[in-house]
Order: sequence, then C-alpha cells, then structure tokens
Amino acid sequence: MARPQSASRAVQALLIVALLALLGLLVATTRAHLEERGIRSGFDFLFEPAGFSLGESVLPFDAGDTTLRAFVAGLLNTLRVALPGAALALGLGILLGFGRLADNPLVRGLAGTAVNAIRNVPLLLHLLAWYFILTDLLPAADAPLQLAPGVFLSKSGLALPWWGDNGFEIPELAGFGIDGGASLTPEYLALLFGLTIYGAAYIAETLRGAVLALPEGQRTAALALGMTPRQAFLLVLLPQAWRAALPPTTSQLLNLFKNSSLAVAIGYPDLMAVAGTSLNQSGRAIECLSIVVAVYLLLSLLGAAVSHRLEKRSLRGGPA
Amino acid sequence: MPFKLRGIGLLPPLAMSRLSAFRGRLAGVLSLSILAALGGLATPAFAGKTLDAIKAKGQLACGVSTGVIGFSAADSQGQWKGLDVDVCKAIAAAVLGDARKVRWVPLSSQQRFTALQSGEVDILSRNTTWSLTRDAGQGLHFAAVTYYDGQGFLVAKKTKVTSAKQLKNAEVCVQSGTTTEKNLADYARAQGIKVKPVVFDKFEPSIKAFFSGRCQAYTTDASALAFIRAKEAPTPDDYLILPEIISKEPLGPAVRRGDDEWFAIVKWTVNALIEAEELGITQAKVDSLKSSADPAVQRFLGVGEDLGKNLGLDRDWAARAVKAVGNYGEIFNRNVGPDSPLKLPRGLNAQWNKGGILYALPLR
Repeated sequence: MARPQSASRAVQALLIVALLALLGLLVATTRAHLEERGIRSGFDFLFEPAGFSLGESVLPFDAGDTTLRAFVAGLLNTLRVALPGAALALGLGILLGFGRLADNPLVRGLAGTAVNAIRNVPLLLHLLAWYFILTDLLPAADAPLQLAPGVFLSKSGLALPWWGDNGFEIPELAGFGIDGGASLTPEYLALLFGLTIYGAAYIAETLRGAVLALPEGQRTAALALGMTPRQAFLLVLLPQAWRAALPPTTSQLLNLFKNSSLAVAIGYPDLMAVAGTSLNQSGRAIECLSIVVAVYLLLSLLGAAVSHRLEKRSLRGGPA
Repeated sequence: MPFKLRGIGLLPPLAMSRLSAFRGRLAGVLSLSILAALGGLATPAFAGKTLDAIKAKGQLACGVSTGVIGFSAADSQGQWKGLDVDVCKAIAAAVLGDARKVRWVPLSSQQRFTALQSGEVDILSRNTTWSLTRDAGQGLHFAAVTYYDGQGFLVAKKTKVTSAKQLKNAEVCVQSGTTTEKNLADYARAQGIKVKPVVFDKFEPSIKAFFSGRCQAYTTDASALAFIRAKEAPTPDDYLILPEIISKEPLGPAVRRGDDEWFAIVKWTVNALIEAEELGITQAKVDSLKSSADPAVQRFLGVGEDLGKNLGLDRDWAARAVKAVGNYGEIFNRNVGPDSPLKLPRGLNAQWNKGGILYALPLR
C-alpha cells in the first residue's frame, strides 16, 4: 500500500497515545470502583509477611518472609523447571525429528507414533499421568530405595547429596522420610518430564517440516556429489532447515515456559501457584494477576528478542 | 498492533508485509473500539438495590462451590444439594416465594470474592470463613455463621502419628485457595516444627496424592476430613483424624457492601432458620402451627405482628423459608448430620441451650 511514511507514523503515534489513554482510564476507573466498594487495593501486601510456606524452594523461604520473596521464590521455581525443560525438550525434539526422517522404516514408524501420541493428548493429562505414575510406583518415604550411598528414591522424590544449610549434606533417613541434601520432588520431576516430552514432540514436527520444505534437488545434488546420506543430511539439509525451523522452535520453547504454569495442578509451587495462594490470603486479585502477567510477558518478550537476534544472525549467510 | 509485532520479531518478514496492508483498516477498527470502550466505562457497573434487582429478574444469583459434599455440590441429576445451598433456597423462598428461583453459580476459591464484588452473584454461600481481612478489607459483609468448622489433619494409621504435634518434617497435602495453607504454616511455627506443604489447586489430585502415600498428612476443615475418610479412603479404618483442631473456621454467607437492606435480609433469614429450630417450627408443622397460641411462634409465622415489613418482605417470609428447606436442625441433619453420608456430630453447631454455640438473635 503506497502511503507517505510520515502519515503512517502519525497514525501510529496517535494509536499509541489512544491506547495509553485507554489504559490510564481503565486503571483509574478500576481504582475508583474498588474504593467505592470498600475493597482495599495496592501492592503494599507484597511487603507484609506471606503467612504461608512453600513445599520446595531454591531460595530459602519461610512463612515469616514477605509475599514479595514468595513471588521471587515462585519465579525461581518456574525457571528451575522451565530452563532444564527447554534444553531437554530441544535435545529430545531434535532426536525425534531425525527419527521421523530416518530411512529405517522401524525408527521412522516408532518416532511417528510417539510424536502423534504425545501431541494429541492435552498437556494437563501428561502432567497428571506422570505425577500419579511417580507417586504410585515409588516406595514410601520411610522405606526409600537406596540407589547409591546418600542417594534415595521414594515418594518424597530423589534425594541427592548437596549443599544445604549445614554445608555439604548427605541425605539420611529421619522422621517421616529423608532429611538433608537436595531433593527433586515427584512434583518437579513429573512437571519436568511432562513439559520436556510434550515440547519435544512439537519441536520434532517443526524440524521435520523445515527439512521437508527444502527443495528435493538439494539432497539429490548432495548425493550426486558423492556424499553419504548422513553427510547430505548433516552438511547440506540441516543447516538450511535450521534457519526455517528457528522461529517456530523458539516459539515452542517459549510455550514450554508458559505451559509450566500448569504446575499447580500437580502441587509444584511455581509462580502461578504462589500468585494463587497470595491472592487468596490478601484478596488482591487484580494486583496478583497483573504481577503474573507482567512477569510472563517480560520474560516472553525477552525470549522473543533473543530469538529475533538469532534469526538475524542465521540469515546473514544469504537467502535461505 | 503490527508495528509492535514487527519490533520484536514475532512474525516472519513475509507475514509482516501482508499485515501492513491491513494496517489502515486496523487503525480504524481500533479507534472505534476504543471509543466504544470509553462510552461503556462511563456507566457504573451496577446501580440500585439488590432486592429490587432480584425481584425484577425473579431470580437470586447464588455463588456456591464447585463441589463440596454436604455444603454445596450438584448430585447425579444436576440438582444442587447441601447446607450452603439450602441457605440460598431459604432466601429465595423468603424473597421471591419460590425456593427454585435460584441461579447457581459455581465458583472456585479464587473467583468467589471477585464474583460477589462485581455483582455477578447476589450472595456468596460457599463454605467461606469469616475473618477480619475478608470482612473489612474485601468489600463484603458476612451476614451470619451457618457452620462452625475448624481445621484438622487426616493421617494414615501406619505412620503411628496420634497427635498433630508429631508431624515434624512431615509433608502435608493441601488444596489451595482457602485459609488452610496459612493455618498450617501458623500451627507449624507455633509448635516449632517444620512441615512441607504440597499444594494442589484441585480437590481430586490433592486427595489422590495423599492416598497414594505422597504425603504423610492431609489437612482441611474437619467437616471435609470426615467425608474424605468415609468416602474417598480405600479403607477408612486405615486412616485417622487427629484430635487437634488448629483453627476456627466460622463459615457463612456473605453479601456485597453498600446495600444494608439486602444485608439485613440475608442476616435475618439465617437467624430465622436457627430460631425456627429453637421454637420447634419444622417444615412439616409450619402450616399447622399458624394456629399456635405461642406469641413467639405467631410472630415468626407472621400471624400476629408483621416482622417482614421491616425487611421489605411479605409477612410470611420466615414461614416460607422454613417451609422450603426446614429449620436449621433439619437442614443440618439432611446435609451433614445423621441422615447424610458425612454423619457429622452437631458439636458446636448445636443450639445454645443444647450445649452448642448456635444462638439466634431474637426475632421481634
């Protein structure tokens, strides 16, 4: 559409001003209505004691700490599952994607079945299934399975030697279960498994699509030059497919990060779970939800920006 | 907002050039919708009295739980049953003359206060604890207590735990969205023990996790523990409800602030249900008692004095409420007491002259 650039700029500026004005009006109206109905509002509750404790937290957290600290602990718990989940999903996704493209019909069939079975079941069911498999199958916490000295597996999770409050700790049997060291709870493990496997299936399809989208001649030419099928795939097809696959893959990884908010369904204290509990204790619904929205939005935009840079860099070599 | 999308590279370049063709049209649509939104905001969300609105609609909007057996839960025919449900039915009968004129709005614990504050429901009758923060800080008024509850613990007998004080280092399964998590943390701190909560947002996974052995204890209100032990445990005898009650949970209906007349109607209808039990007015006898010589009964049934006009209701408002759902004792027995699967004892919820703390304010 031919249009002088300055006019288009003016429209954009006007739109931004109008949107900001609308946002301001929304905030002002909401505040006025809350006040009119005698509902306390504001973010002061963040600095008051949370009053609840968290089942697990990387950041030491106690019920007497502030709600703000609870939110930070929740965010760290989210990242603690989303970052390893993203790395594992990428690895597994690439493997599955290769599997779907394999010449061996058995490998191709297995990978195809797995990808389709995983993709067509809602993530929530994946999580619940993993969780109940783990909690049903594992031995009780007072009779754990000892895998190695100081490494226990039970319904309370996987206990490992790790640095704790008293320096380097070796887990040992105490009271109802295992004390000391670090522990990967069934909630964490189920969430990690679920997110990884679900994300991997989508990444596999993205990769497969990107490779199949390449002109058939690329592979034929590579083979004609004397490359083995493996060389043709790794040296000719994959580098080209990578460029096309990069944007949808990063978007899948961002999805994985956002999907981790289903954690509360299986009892993992992520950001969303902490926000839900804080909302209930303080009654500040709008405040708690806007914090969650802001955090997810900011981190997703950050991820999108990184992805954009990667894309630009991958395009530098010439047209894909 | 195509200019924003491009800025962060969420769309590939090809899609961008297509999108820019729509930009002109999009701008027009956006400015129109902004104008519309501005217009919409100018009018207040609700105006006028709750009672008038209910009468005009011919329906009471009642916020209930998504399923707490004995308090509010839909049965296999989709009929809402329970103590909290009967409170709404009694109010509908008192106000509209028909206990069926209720629109049931199932609410999660996160939604409940917002739904009441925003006017989506006229009354919140959803096993909700009356506390200072909620009463004073969240734009609502609790009208009365319909059930005195308290938080307790359920444990497997094989853990050999007989007192909550022994729950040191225990993992405790909890359903989120109640005062439960805070009470648990408070109790642990007061006892100087450490407990690890495992918090679920839904009821089913929380009890499934407990019965699979993931947690050594389960905590919630004692009324619900009785039900969980009786109905959800693989073998109820393997489980024990600990003697400690670690909190006070007075449950009752709440209304929005700012409508004193409606607040009074809810408060006095609940009082009337309790008073009816004290006066011996039952669902079956309510009609025949109209010829009673007892002035208190006459007043209650609107035969003598007209108490209803103080509330803006008909003179037989209280009689209609009792006729619809029975008196408090009947409601209790049917939903949570001996005639229900929960088989809860009256305990604190007995009348003040029968060893409980239920004390109806005088209807006169």
